[in-house]
Amino acid sequence: MNSRGSDHDEAFFAMEVDLPYCELNIEQIQVEVANQLCSRAYPKEGVFAVRLAIEEALVNAYRHGNKKDSGKRVTFQCSIDATVAQFEVSDEGPGFDISSVPDPTDEANLEIPSGRGLLLMREYMTKVEFVPPGNRVRMSYQRIAE
Amino acid sequence: MAAQASRLKVSQIGAVTQVEFVDRNILDESNIQQISDEICGLVDDQPTPLVLIRFGNVEHLSSAALGALITINNRIKGKDGKLRLTEIDSQIREVFTITKLDKIFLIFDDADEAMASLT
Repeated sequence: MNSRGSDHDEAFFAMEVDLPYCELNIEQIQVEVANQLCSRAYPKEGVFAVRLAIEEALVNAYRHGNKKDSGKRVTFQCSIDATVAQFEVSDEGPGFDISSVPDPTDEANLEIPSGRGLLLMREYMTKVEFVPPGNRVRMSYQRIAE
Repeated sequence: MAAQASRLKVSQIGAVTQVEFVDRNILDESNIQQISDEICGLVDDQPTPLVLIRFGNVEHLSSAALGALITINNRIKGKDGKLRLTEIDSQIREVFTITKLDKIFLIFDDADEAMASLT
């Protein structure tokens, strides 16, 4: 795990992890990001949101992108400053058509055990976008000024 | 190979099986699978399972954990049993609302009320 703060701006933090999924320590990433957010006084709701979205994005990359091949690589990048936390997660898969994902809140889909990760990422993050062909997701959390 | 340590605290109160979580974070896929398998095992052991799951210790859960709860709920319903959830942190409660899973799970703020609804 490579992480750094800028020489010019103590408030800036960046991290990049590029590993096969089986070597990825998601909890370690989440804890590091949460610590960075807390040290910049992000609200606890923001820390909860970011932690959840990171989990969902990384697990989606493994489950749906890399088709549960734990030897395939997942890349995680983040940059955090006092106002915005930005994340990018990519996998080795072919991508997907986001419009083809069923709505998990539809009555007919409520009792299906999977398919809620994307919904949670969109609900909890300020912005979520998939870069074509869909194997790279960028998301950000904008801190709201108090 | 040594058996995995349980990730649950289970107690039997009359006819009700009460389940609490050891972990504060229910995120890791292998942990979630273990939790699901353990609770499904408890359900399978009873003819008409009455299950109360207390989330008092839980700070984070993922969509995979929600999926496990749906699987458990379907298993319980298949045996004409009942499942109640209680003591859910407000932030996690919001996850149930966003996903509309509060429509299929009966969620109680108070564990005693949840218990009363089972008996």
